[in-house]
Amino acid sequence: MAKKILIADDEPNIVISLEFLLKREGYEVVVAHDGVEALARVRAERPDLAILDVMMPQRNGFEVCQDLRQDPEFKDLRIMMLTAKGRDTEVSKGLALGADVYMTKPFSTRELISRVKTLIDRA
Amino acid sequence: MQSQAKLLAAVAVACTFLLAALLAAAFVIGSGLEGREQALLASIVERRLGAVLMIVFVACVFLFLMLRAAHEFLVVLPARAAEEAGAMLKEPTTRLTMQGSSELQALVAAVNRVAERHQMQEEDIGARVRAANAAAEADRNRFAVLMSELAQGVIVCNPDGRVLLYNRRARALFAGSSGQGMAALGLGRSIYGIFDRHLIAYAIENMDTRQRTHRHFVAVTESGRLLRVLVAPIPEAASTTAEGAEAGAGHGLSGYMTMIEDMTETFDSESTRDQLLQELTESSRGPVGNLRAAAETLHDYADMSAEEHRRFLAVVRDEAEGLAARVESAAHRYAAVLKSRWPLEEMLGADLLTAARRRIADRCPVQVSLDDVDAGVWIKVDGFSLLQAMTYLAARLHDEYQIKDLRLRLSRDGEMAHIDLIWSGVFMSTETVMAWELDPMTVAGEASPLTVRDVVERNGGEVWFQRNHASYLAFFRFLLPAVSGQEAGSAVAGGAMADSRPEFYDFDLFKGEETDLVLDDRLLAQLAYTVFDTETTGLEPSAGDEIIQIGAVRIVNRRLLRHESFDQLVDPQRSLPAKSVKIHGITADMLAGQPSIDRVLPIFRSYVADTVLVAHNAAFDMRFLELKEAGTGVRFDRPVLDTFLLSAVLFPNQESHRLEAIAERLGISVLGRHTAVGDAIVTAEVFLKMLPLLADKGIHTLGEARESSERTYHARTRY
Repeated sequence: MAKKILIADDEPNIVISLEFLLKREGYEVVVAHDGVEALARVRAERPDLAILDVMMPQRNGFEVCQDLRQDPEFKDLRIMMLTAKGRDTEVSKGLALGADVYMTKPFSTRELISRVKTLIDRA
Repeated sequence: MQSQAKLLAAVAVACTFLLAALLAAAFVIGSGLEGREQALLASIVERRLGAVLMIVFVACVFLFLMLRAAHEFLVVLPARAAEEAGAMLKEPTTRLTMQGSSELQALVAAVNRVAERHQMQEEDIGARVRAANAAAEADRNRFAVLMSELAQGVIVCNPDGRVLLYNRRARALFAGSSGQGMAALGLGRSIYGIFDRHLIAYAIENMDTRQRTHRHFVAVTESGRLLRVLVAPIPEAASTTAEGAEAGAGHGLSGYMTMIEDMTETFDSESTRDQLLQELTESSRGPVGNLRAAAETLHDYADMSAEEHRRFLAVVRDEAEGLAARVESAAHRYAAVLKSRWPLEEMLGADLLTAARRRIADRCPVQVSLDDVDAGVWIKVDGFSLLQAMTYLAARLHDEYQIKDLRLRLSRDGEMAHIDLIWSGVFMSTETVMAWELDPMTVAGEASPLTVRDVVERNGGEVWFQRNHASYLAFFRFLLPAVSGQEAGSAVAGGAMADSRPEFYDFDLFKGEETDLVLDDRLLAQLAYTVFDTETTGLEPSAGDEIIQIGAVRIVNRRLLRHESFDQLVDPQRSLPAKSVKIHGITADMLAGQPSIDRVLPIFRSYVADTVLVAHNAAFDMRFLELKEAGTGVRFDRPVLDTFLLSAVLFPNQESHRLEAIAERLGISVLGRHTAVGDAIVTAEVFLKMLPLLADKGIHTLGEARESSERTYHARTRY
C-alpha cells in the first residue's frame, strides 16, 4: 500500500512541485494550506510523513510540530520541516521541537526525495 | 659717605696722636725744671711757638694727605669694585674696572674671568631653555590643532578622573548632556559626571599598563546617543619627572585617555543595511526555492502532460517576476542608506571645480576650462558625490553628443551658489537631458546606484538644464547651498569663541594638587571657582522676590573658561515688576516656558560641584539661594568669596566698591552688564586680577581670604 504524505504550505508555487514530485515517486499526497488545516488533516488522514512549512497562516510549522509531538498517538509520524529562513538557531529549534529533518529553501528536489525515502523506509 | 667719614676719623685720630706725642714730649721736657729754667724755656717756647705750631700743622697736613692716599687706594677702590660686582649681578655683561693695587687688580681679573664663564653658561642655558620652550610650544600647538580637528571626541584625565583635556568634538557630544545651558564636561571636572564610574573602573582594571592595551565600552548619553568609548592608559613618563611619578604613584599610570565615537548614525545606517541584507536573503529563499523546485521538476520529468508543463512554467514566470521586483526594491533602499551616510562638509567652491576639471579630464576625452569662478564662495556639500554627478553628465554629453569642450562656472546667488557645466553649439531636448538625471550614474565602468537627482537632493540642492539661444550656450546648473563668510568662521571656531584658541586643555592639572589639605589651607591660585550672578525680580528675597536668571563661568588654574558657562532663565512664577525690567531687560515673554527654580537649582548645584563660589555682593545672591533650600532641598554649602569684600580688603580707602568701579580700577572693560553671564564674566575677570594683589598683601590661602573678608565686613558694618 502506498505511503501517505501531507504537504502543509500556503504557497501554491511550491506545493505544485512537491505534489507532482511525490506523486511521481508513487506516494499518496494530501495538501493543507495552513496550520490548523494541517493538524486536522493529520488526524483525519493519518499520513506517514508530514512536510510542514514554518511560515504558515493561523498556526506556524513549529506549533503544528509541537502539537503533534505531544500527542503519543502520532509517535510514528515522521516530520520534515521546510523553511525560508536559513538561520542555524531556527534549525536547532525545529529539531528540538521534534522535527526529523529540517530543510532550508531553496533545496534540491532530488535531495528532498531521497530524504523522504529515507524517512519513510525507516518507519 | 661712610668711607669719607672713616677717612676723617682716621685723620683725626692720627692728628690727636701727633698732638698727644708733642704734649707728652713737652711735658717730659717741662717736668722737673727749676723756676729759672722754666722761665727760660717759656721764653724760648714763646719765641719759637709760631714755628712749632707751623711744624705741627704741616705734619698734620702731611698725615692727612698720606691717609687720604691710603684711603683712596685701600678703601675706595675695593668698595667701588664691590659696587661694580653688585651691578654685574643685575647686568651680567658689565665687568669690573682694573685699578688699585696689584693685589686688587689680580682679584678683579679673577672675578672678571669667573663672570665671563658664568655669563657664557647662562647664555647657553637660556638658549637651550628657549629652544626647548619653543619646541614644546610648537608641539602643544600641533597637538591642540590635531585634537580640535579630530573626528572623534577625546578626553584625557588624570588618575582621579579629573579632566585635563578635551576637544571640540567631545564638547559637541556632551553639550547640554546634563541639562540646558551647561555641559557636564569641563576642565578639572570629574569624568564620572559623564561616564558611569564603574564602566571606567572596569576598563582600567582590565588594562595591562605595561602592554599599553586599551579597552572599549559602549555608553549612552542622556540625550540617547550611542557612544563607543576607547579607554587607553597614559603610562608614567619613565620617571623623567618627579611630578609625573608622584601623580601616578601606585597606579603605574599618570592618567588615561578616552576616545569617543558617536555610533548613533553609523549604528542606524549599519543596522538598516544589515536588515536590508537579511530581508533580501530571507525573503528570497522562498521564491528561489519555488523556482528551483519547478525548474528541476521541469527538467527531470520531461514526460509530464502539456497542462502540467504549462502550470510549472507559470510558476517559473511568477517567481522570477517577484524576485526581480524584490531585488529592485532592495537596491532602492540601499541607495537611500547610502545617501544618508554622506556627511556634508564645507569646502571652497573653487576647489571643487578644480577637482571636477581633473576628474572629468581623467575619465573622458573632454577639454574642461574654468571661467568666472568666484573664489570667495564656500559651499556645504558632499564633494565626492557631486564630482561623480558632474563627471557622469560630462561623459554622457561626450558619448551621446560628441561634446568635447566644457566650461565650469561658479557664482553666488544670495544663500545659494551656482555651479554651471556649460557647452556651446549643441542643443538637445529638455526631456532627453532630464532623463539622464534619473538614470543610475555610470562613468567609464564605475557604476553607482545613485542618480544625479539623488545626489542633488542629498546635497539639499537642485539641478536643471538651461539654454541660451542668443549665445548658443547650454548648461546644467547645480544650485547648492552656500555658506556665508561669518558662518564659515563660526563653524570652524564653534560658538562665541571665534577670537581665541579655546581653553580646552590644561596640563598643569596633571601635577595633581594637595587635595588632602583642608579647603581653607589650599592656595587661592590652585582652586577651581564658579563665578556667578543672578538677576531677580527685585531686591527683597524675603518679600517674595525671585530669581529669573542665573549666569556663571568657571575659573580653573587661574584661567577663565568662558565657553564652560552656565546661562539659564528661570520662570519666577510671579509677575515681573516693570522697574526691574528696566534693569535687566528680561521680559515676561522671555520667561514663558522656562523651567522653574526647583528644576534649575539641582542642575546649577551639579555645575558648581567641587568649586568655590565667587560673586559680587555674594550675600545678596546667597540669600536667594538659601531661601530656596527648604523648598528644593538643594543646599549650596560650598565656601563663598565676595569680590565686594575683597575689594574692601585691597582698597580700604576707596569709597566705591561697585563692580563697575572696581573693574575700572583694575583696567577691565565692562561689556554686557546686567545679563547674568555678562556680570559673572566681569566679576571673574575682577577676581583674577585680585589674586596677585591679595598675594602681595600676604593673603594666599582660601582661609586667609575668608578671614580678611570677614574682618572688613565687621569693620564696615560697625560704621
